[in-house]
Amino acid sequence: MKRLASALLFFALLIGLWELAVRSGRWSVVLLPSPLFVGEYIWSAMSDGTLAESTWVTLKRLLVGYVAGVLIGLPLGLLTSTSQIFEDTLGSLALGFQTLPSVCWVPLALVWFGQTEGAMLFVVIMGTVWSVIIATDHGARNIPPIYARAARTMGSQGFHKWTRVILPASLPFLVSGMKQGWAFAWRSLMAAEIYVTILTGFGLGHLLHYGRELNAMDQVIGIMIVIVVIGLLVDRLLFSPWERFLHRRWGTNVKEA
Amino acid sequence: MEAPDRNALAGRPAKLIIDAVSKRFTSSRATVQALDNVSLTIAEGEFVCLIGPSGCGKSTLLDIIAGLTKPDAGRVLADGKTVQGPGRQRLVMFQESALFPWLDAFGNVMFGLKLRPDLTNAQRKEIAHHFLKLVGLSKFEHARVHELSGGMKQRVALARALAPDPQVLLMDEPFGALDAMTRDQLYDDIQQIWMESRKTIVFVTHNVREAVCLGDRVVLMSPSPGRIQQVFDIPLPRPRDINSAELAGYASKIAAALKGTMTEAFSE
Repeated sequence: MKRLASALLFFALLIGLWELAVRSGRWSVVLLPSPLFVGEYIWSAMSDGTLAESTWVTLKRLLVGYVAGVLIGLPLGLLTSTSQIFEDTLGSLALGFQTLPSVCWVPLALVWFGQTEGAMLFVVIMGTVWSVIIATDHGARNIPPIYARAARTMGSQGFHKWTRVILPASLPFLVSGMKQGWAFAWRSLMAAEIYVTILTGFGLGHLLHYGRELNAMDQVIGIMIVIVVIGLLVDRLLFSPWERFLHRRWGTNVKEA
Repeated sequence: MEAPDRNALAGRPAKLIIDAVSKRFTSSRATVQALDNVSLTIAEGEFVCLIGPSGCGKSTLLDIIAGLTKPDAGRVLADGKTVQGPGRQRLVMFQESALFPWLDAFGNVMFGLKLRPDLTNAQRKEIAHHFLKLVGLSKFEHARVHELSGGMKQRVALARALAPDPQVLLMDEPFGALDAMTRDQLYDDIQQIWMESRKTIVFVTHNVREAVCLGDRVVLMSPSPGRIQQVFDIPLPRPRDINSAELAGYASKIAAALKGTMTEAFSE
């Protein structure tokens, strides 16, 4: 409760400072709208359904692209961690592409797929898959070799060894890799949505883009806040429970949340 | 009290035959002859301790018996068959507990049991309960690995190694990282378990008293190249107390020989 209270106080203070800055009159209200206007925008977008619709469109793309990226990246990462050939080939490819900002995939996606959902998915998958490969590879390599040795003496090999030893042993790395993949997916999708307008659905990125076109700064800032809140919620709901579970099991973090 | 009858032991069939085993490790800087033409026969139900200064190849020999490492030359026979790879007839207990942190104590003991298709799930659970009770950890079945003390971890590791009913137990300095009091307790436990189960145990250590306390025979190895220097019979009655004067007598004899192997190695 105390932690929640201090967090609430902090954000209230931040909004208060923002309001003060607006009232000082040093900046045009067009450039820096009052938090009240932004709140009003969010409220109206919520009540007329545009926000819910756009959020749904965005999250759907994100989820499909992310799940596909993880499903592709996980086995490939296990492969590069075990095979020298795959490490030298696919591993270096993944390392190279991971350094490529995912927005750089957008022009290619547009040419290949046109203004379609496919282009969106392509960008998200390309943004996710490489970092998942690298995180998985890293995780599987960092397993203490004694686990594998102990498992081998007990007769564990092949598929059993992978699913019952290597995979659970690398879980802490996998979860942080998947978290990183999520951050990459989220960033690439926003980049794609801001750049590419497609008619099959307007996501949050599009709302942001239109806000700029219309000089509606209350909309721009409002959507930015929504994007941040979604990011926080996903972290808290999807990843935090996993991380807490792992910390408890492995005893890596004594501080209990 | 039970005095091991040497003749009876010698009359038992050979469980493990280490036949002219050599192993060399090559790194970028040097080649180390870890084992040079080592031969040793271990009888069924025998408790053999391998002792020697670090680098004498005792852990390598254990790995080769386990099937985790392949020898360059020679072979190991278990029940007359050449060891090709690891098998659950010869389970290893490592210096670090090597318990799986994603499983609780019970899950760790179940791990090896689940790899035995001849058991039903109910039997597996019963066996796991039994061995956790045997090592005195019934109350900690659902403890997470990191919640256990060092001694408790090694007890769970012992239960995990015993549960699948291996014929040979290979122990690689399993008590090396524990404090003296915990160790003394475990010496009693391991002797008790050995006397009841009569497993064949090969126990690697660098602690002379530990070796004398546990072994029917103590095999002294010398480093570079790793060879068997001398084999000592320890005909003391069991259970043995590590602090007894008789035991200390044997220990000082072996310690002197151990010192000899080390000065020899350094003077070369």
